[in-house]
Amino acid sequence: MNQITLGIAWNRLLAIVEEQAQVLMRTAFSTVVREAGDLSAGIFDTRGRMLAQAVTGTPGHVNSMAESVKRFLTEYPLNILMPGDVLLTNDPWDGTGHLNDFTVVTPVFSDGACIALFASTSHIADVGGRGFGADARDVHEEGLCIPITYLFRAGVRDETLLRIIQANVRDPVVAEGDLYSLTTCNDSGAVGLRRMLVDFPEIPFDQLADHIIETSRTAMRAEVSALPEGTWRYQMMIDGYDQPLLLTGSLTISEGSIHIDFAGSAPSSPWGINVPIAYTTAYAAFAVRCVIGNHIPNNAGSLEGITVVAPEGSVLNAQRPRSVSARHAVGQMLPDVVLGCLAQVIPDRVPAEGASCIWNPVFMDAGETGGNPRVERFVINPIFNGGTGARPGLDGLSATAFPSGVRSTSTEVNEVTSPLVIWRKELKPHSGGEGEYRGGDGQVIEVTHREGAAFRVSKMFDRVHHPARGREGGGDGQPGRVYLSSGTTLRGKGNELVPAGETLVLETPGGGGLGPVSSRLRS
Amino acid sequence: MSRLRLAVDIGGTFTDIVLAGEAQWHTHKLLTTHTNPASAVLEGVRHILALAKVKSSSVAVVLHGTTLATNALIERKGARTVLITTEGHRDVLEIGLENRFDQYDVFMRRPAPLVPRERRITVRERISATGGVLLPLTSAEVERVIDAAIHCQAESVAVGLLHAWRSPRHEEAIAAALRSRVPTMPISLSSEVCPEIREYERLSTTVANAFVQPLMAAYLNELQAGLRETGIAGPLLVMTSGGGLTSLEAAATFPVRLIESGPAGGAMLAAALARRSELSRVLAFDMGGTTAKLTLIDDGEPEWSRTFEVARAWKFRKGSGMPVRIPVIELVEIGAGGGSIAQVDRLGRIQVGPESAGSEPGPAAYHRGGVEPTVTDADVVLGRLSPERFAGGSITLAPDQSTHVIEARLGRPLGVDARTAAQGIIDTVDEHMAAAARNHAGEWGRDLTGRTLIAFGGSAPLHAVDLAIRLGINTAIIPVSAGVGSAVGFLLSPTAFEVVRSRHVLVDEADQAGLLELFERMRAEALDVVRPLVGDGRLRETRRAWMRYVGQGHEIPVTIPDGVDNLSVSLTAAFLAAYAAIYGRVIPGQSIEALSWTLALVGETPVIPDVSMSAAAHPASGSGLRKPVTGVVERSAVGRSHPLEGPILVVEDQTTTVVPQGWQVTADEFGQLVLMANAGRKT
Repeated sequence: MNQITLGIAWNRLLAIVEEQAQVLMRTAFSTVVREAGDLSAGIFDTRGRMLAQAVTGTPGHVNSMAESVKRFLTEYPLNILMPGDVLLTNDPWDGTGHLNDFTVVTPVFSDGACIALFASTSHIADVGGRGFGADARDVHEEGLCIPITYLFRAGVRDETLLRIIQANVRDPVVAEGDLYSLTTCNDSGAVGLRRMLVDFPEIPFDQLADHIIETSRTAMRAEVSALPEGTWRYQMMIDGYDQPLLLTGSLTISEGSIHIDFAGSAPSSPWGINVPIAYTTAYAAFAVRCVIGNHIPNNAGSLEGITVVAPEGSVLNAQRPRSVSARHAVGQMLPDVVLGCLAQVIPDRVPAEGASCIWNPVFMDAGETGGNPRVERFVINPIFNGGTGARPGLDGLSATAFPSGVRSTSTEVNEVTSPLVIWRKELKPHSGGEGEYRGGDGQVIEVTHREGAAFRVSKMFDRVHHPARGREGGGDGQPGRVYLSSGTTLRGKGNELVPAGETLVLETPGGGGLGPVSSRLRS
Repeated sequence: MSRLRLAVDIGGTFTDIVLAGEAQWHTHKLLTTHTNPASAVLEGVRHILALAKVKSSSVAVVLHGTTLATNALIERKGARTVLITTEGHRDVLEIGLENRFDQYDVFMRRPAPLVPRERRITVRERISATGGVLLPLTSAEVERVIDAAIHCQAESVAVGLLHAWRSPRHEEAIAAALRSRVPTMPISLSSEVCPEIREYERLSTTVANAFVQPLMAAYLNELQAGLRETGIAGPLLVMTSGGGLTSLEAAATFPVRLIESGPAGGAMLAAALARRSELSRVLAFDMGGTTAKLTLIDDGEPEWSRTFEVARAWKFRKGSGMPVRIPVIELVEIGAGGGSIAQVDRLGRIQVGPESAGSEPGPAAYHRGGVEPTVTDADVVLGRLSPERFAGGSITLAPDQSTHVIEARLGRPLGVDARTAAQGIIDTVDEHMAAAARNHAGEWGRDLTGRTLIAFGGSAPLHAVDLAIRLGINTAIIPVSAGVGSAVGFLLSPTAFEVVRSRHVLVDEADQAGLLELFERMRAEALDVVRPLVGDGRLRETRRAWMRYVGQGHEIPVTIPDGVDNLSVSLTAAFLAAYAAIYGRVIPGQSIEALSWTLALVGETPVIPDVSMSAAAHPASGSGLRKPVTGVVERSAVGRSHPLEGPILVVEDQTTTVVPQGWQVTADEFGQLVLMANAGRKT
């Protein structure tokens, strides 16, 4: 088999999953999927190995989905799957870490045998329970949990399951629409794959899978082997829910592999910020992948040489029935810990700490209308970002998501879909840390109710008490702030009331600086 | 009455001119004069008039397309622009969508906004999402921001206020005051340039318009004056990205609509050829030096869209450019052309583009210092290009240089000889284009199998059949004058203007009278532009609603049937049909909404006349072509009755058509080359 043809077939597979993700985004209903791109899509071989993923996906989804398909195959082995079957789950420990994420898996058949599986994940706006937020005390409070099961069986929709879902979520229209969207995008992947099999008759699919994984594994191993061996440690304190959490990581480079151990990190929290291990692994591995061998596509081969462990029962390896809804508020901080280790190995490739976790408040009505018929029920979940850490040779990016890959939502769209007015949303100059290279700036957002009514905000923010630290003499970024214009300070996490007539102010954190500011002044 | 028409297309490298008479068309190609583009145009016009032996006064109309606006945005050479925007939202342009378009590169850089922060002036005012006034705009505030704009030494002013798509009143008040203070100041209002929801995209479009406006207005006026001096009294019409011709005044007011006019011309050419040959399912393939463009043409029409991204600054990545929301012909553009550079990546895969060797230094074969192997070099090594005939003989190719760089950069790392590596380059670039075509067809729910490929542009005929095979297509057409396709396309484009409005409508509750009134106003606006150009000629009206299920974020265009009694019913039916065609399944019982409405008035589309093309005669020559090509045939030697069997090369000035084994070529009644897979061959 000629290597050039295999390379061309590999590119084809990457194009197929890109199209799969496009279809998902275009047909999705939840705002965070369709506007922000909180989704992922990929193709897996029959052993559950991820062969290709769309780069539009968010790393938290993708790398956890990479593990998830193996669990699907354990529950529903190949010998019982049939054409027309579509499986799904939103179990945080089988999927991507919280109930809002639905993962749908579709087997593809050729000549009567399953040859591959398409999987996709998207964040469905509401799954019942308390709603998206950090306030639940266990996972049962957080909404409906569906174990791995059939959505379609041999092409027939499972009406019972759908009725159960519709009866348990606040917006059944959106939930049903998004399940269709996930199914449709996997269908589109299957069409592309079948066409590919016709176009490349000389390449057995298993052989292509082996080629992709072996090539990626070898390339990643070569990248890691070029680094010095040893163990490096890094610690970072973050806000937590009601008390600070210590995140401790040690990173060992040995024989071409990287092992990350989060031993010493804080125990599980009684609140909904705990992280299932798949999501911990996803973000830790992402941090490695974006500074080491980032030209190698993400797949089972390139991920294989990165292993991640965290003590059972720690906040980074939470066990059922811990609450996990806002697991991103801790999970998205992990790349800073991993990069903090790597900065000691490859300082010329690693940015300083950044704002890191997205600021995605859930705004909703306060439940009472105060007699004003113009006060309506609403819920929106916009996304705001702080600044990223300064990069060697470059300032950080202002108001930019990292490590997450999502987009923000339009102010005008937010105002059309809610009675809120966003009076201010602009950069906060100099909120990034000073330095030879500055951290990216955060932004200031001011929100009121158009009718002057009260409203609620569910917060899952970090870096309010523990700002992004500068590196090599660079200054810290400014911390985030959450307050009312009347002066009252609100907490960084949890659901609170914004009283009638008040303006809520959010200041997203700045990124850390890199190098002493005197070097910047000199140049 | 004179029927002579002139078409002029200014491209990155060449300016193409076509003079269309009733019996004969003349073509001329000369180098673009970047410092003063009008000078090449005027020189070329004089030359072609002399060639055709006609008087300048007999030219009835000049049709013009140009990459000038695009280049000004890419090179950031435009007016010193000031943006006046709502207080509290000064950084909309800079914040963008807050995402990273290169997920795995921590060193990603975002291009700076066209207007830096110090020239983004905020004004105290606020319109609500429902169009009401939350904070009134005072006249003192208006004067203050105008002072500030003047203080910034503005050469062009963009006004982009929140929710101006819903109510333009504050933008209009600022414009009126600015006009009375500085009557000569160019002003771009977001409510006129792009009255659509989503502030980032609207402001990006408005600022892009303001940035190129003085330049384009000056250029178009200078060109018009130059044409008058040459003795051409007929009007100058300008090609838009939407595939229609518009007036000089409209073009100078909304120059952002001129982006991509060249590719639009190409698409219009392909559409006209499809109609003439009665081909209902076509894929247009335009491949030049740096990019390739693919357009689906069904029933003689391309698809239209309202989103486009210009000046992608980071590895040609989606998201790294400026979004513009304008009427555009829906096409996919790939960073793959003759000059695209090939390399072996660290995983041992050949990758081609998007980096291009351009025309300077160009492919290694140009022997002008190019050291990177390109697609053209691969074509040379495989003996698919005649060194003497390339680009009409203006450049003599050096095959040894191609062999040398391909061997060094690809052959050695891959452990293969230059021919195998060159074939790898061709396979990679063709598969890359095929992948883009498949993805694009998938987005629109279309199938590619069984289409006819229409290939034009300097590099397309070399790659047409290989691309066709990859897409399950077994017929390809190479039109006459493929090398000046865009300019020919202008001659085949109608006069047209499209108007857009955002208005949110739940389809079940559609206010029929209100919508008809909206269409009435849009029609009046479009008529203002189009009527003077067509006189009492017939106009065709197309109305589209941009629709989705309630809760979705992506709208699909749905053509509104003419003369319906009940808009709710007909919109629902039209949406469901369109949705099923794209995505395969509809969702039972979900509500449907429409967000934007477009109305286009389109004049009559010229038909392709039965004319001969002037072409310089060159002797057929196979000298210098490398093995294993068995036959080389001059294009004029390809006849209608006896098909020639591949493998052969059909050569002409500007380009070469590759006919591989298993395919045959004939000429059709229009002088086009028709390539077909031999019957029974599996594609």
